[in-house]
Amino acid sequence: MADNTKTEERTVVRAGFMPLVDCAPLVVAACKGFAENEGLTLQLVRESSWATIRDKVVFGHFEVAHMLAGMPIARSLGIGHLTVPMIAPCALGLGGNAITVSAPLFESMEQERAGLGAAPASNGAALARVVRKRASSAPLVFAMVYPVSSHNYELRYWLAAAGIHPDRDVRLVVIPPPLMADAISAGHIDGFCVGEPWNSMAVEAGTGRIVATKSEIWRQSPGKVLGCRRDWADANAGRLAALIRALYHAGQWADDPANHEELAHLLAQPRHVGEPARIIMRALSGRMVLAPGADPIAIPDFQNFHRHAATFPWRSHALWFFSQMVRWGQTTLTADNLATTAGVYRPDLYRAALAGTGAALPAASSKVEGALTRSEAVAAGKRALTLGPDGFFDGRTFDPDRVEAYIDSFEINSRNGSLEIDPEG
Amino acid sequence: MQHQALNSIGMSQPPIRVLVIDENHVRAAILVDGLNAAGIVDVTVLEGSANLLKRIVTANPDVVIIDLENPSRDVLEQMFQVSRVVSRPVAMFVDQSETATIEAAVDAGVSAYVVDGLKKERVKAIVDMAISRFNAFSRLRDELDAAKSELADRKIIERAKGILMKHRGMSEPEAYAALRKTAMNENRRLAEIAESVVTASKLFG
Repeated sequence: MADNTKTEERTVVRAGFMPLVDCAPLVVAACKGFAENEGLTLQLVRESSWATIRDKVVFGHFEVAHMLAGMPIARSLGIGHLTVPMIAPCALGLGGNAITVSAPLFESMEQERAGLGAAPASNGAALARVVRKRASSAPLVFAMVYPVSSHNYELRYWLAAAGIHPDRDVRLVVIPPPLMADAISAGHIDGFCVGEPWNSMAVEAGTGRIVATKSEIWRQSPGKVLGCRRDWADANAGRLAALIRALYHAGQWADDPANHEELAHLLAQPRHVGEPARIIMRALSGRMVLAPGADPIAIPDFQNFHRHAATFPWRSHALWFFSQMVRWGQTTLTADNLATTAGVYRPDLYRAALAGTGAALPAASSKVEGALTRSEAVAAGKRALTLGPDGFFDGRTFDPDRVEAYIDSFEINSRNGSLEIDPEG
Repeated sequence: MQHQALNSIGMSQPPIRVLVIDENHVRAAILVDGLNAAGIVDVTVLEGSANLLKRIVTANPDVVIIDLENPSRDVLEQMFQVSRVVSRPVAMFVDQSETATIEAAVDAGVSAYVVDGLKKERVKAIVDMAISRFNAFSRLRDELDAAKSELADRKIIERAKGILMKHRGMSEPEAYAALRKTAMNENRRLAEIAESVVTASKLFG
């Protein structure tokens, strides 16, 4: 394991990341001087699987990483792999994902009154009619990026809200983000939920149609966080605080439309995302092209790196992910698991790192998710901070103090374990 | 499933079936060779990510060895979590008793998934073999890279010597001595100086 005693004075921090638009805060911190301003050398290492990111953080090859929002929780609870207490001391932004379907599936959905840019509930209902009509033929196959990804949970949330059981009525598989567009072109899958630019790449290839975005399903919801081992954070408090400040300021820079062109080119470099800047620009500007040749549509809050406290690690976000882990049979609802989860996202470290920098910090660590139907000013010391709107598309709200009641309210669930998948395909 | 039950009843020490997933043919061959030498003959090698589950079911492995950087790892982990068709291999030693081995594996770029119930010593022997073969492969590749760059160095030095001989009327030993002296004076590698000579001669025609 990593040597935690003599590392405090060293300033190198190694961070693993996946080639996605939402790795931007790390890239900006490393390349635009924000890490250096905090006395850090941030070394970025591009990876090709979330499993490798996990392993390299667990065994100290990386101090920190671009992580799926559910990953530090899953590690702390020991879901599917070693139990290693991890924390998320800051988020890396809100939004960024979308659900894309193949051209033939979209055609079938259109016959059931789906439309480009239509509300998630209406496109979901159209998909449900397609699924019911297929009945006995082979189930539709949808891909997401990892079992504890926000993509898995938002795809399942959208399907289930439309009455489609994600473990019975369709088949869910995992495919790495860069391979999604190829998999849909080759006809291996009928749809997927992935972060940008990989939805837009499928649209660009002519084979994908974007039917819902993360920001429409649950506005202002987190996708990626900064994750690290808890013992590393404890032994390197100063370095971690410096990194949080660097990422906060990097997020501020990345959120500014005046910097989007430069950011798109920075991310387009082969060592980062390695896809065309004009495609990456769609997510940054929130002007998404939903089908080949279609006019861009402005999607509010498609990807935020700073606005609406985008990097604040809300405890209620962690608990929402936990509620979905229980709902889909990945873990069980116990007082211990609940308490462990509540300690994974660390608003206390975030606040301590940014105290005195003039950053607007929410006074609360948790909030009722989905309760804000419009933007609202909230308590944040002397600074102005606006949150929301943060609604779920089906109108539900999540009260972090009533996790059990929330989980019980979902008729469609796999709490007794998900069903088997067959080897065909 | 049936297949497995027969195995465990039929033999006291069933042969271990190993599946190797690696996009690098040479490294996979080196590993298979090592496993065979250790008496493990039931080894299947898979490449590519299409129809992965179907192919894994056919191979019905007890141990899956996959290179750490393989993008199919995420695909595998989800399959193992939800599938009842394959007998749910888990990441090696998740009971945390062998962190030294896992660390060595991560260092070497090896990742392993193991069906529950196998004797730990047997699994460890396979994983150790994979680690040593992966490390041997890395050394080979480093040596090859070094040899390649040495060859490239030699070529550029030959070209620089040729330029000096042609344009300065030097003999071969004189040209070489001139390059070496400049390299020493500027505290740079001989090949770097040779490269500057070649570049300069291109510029000045």
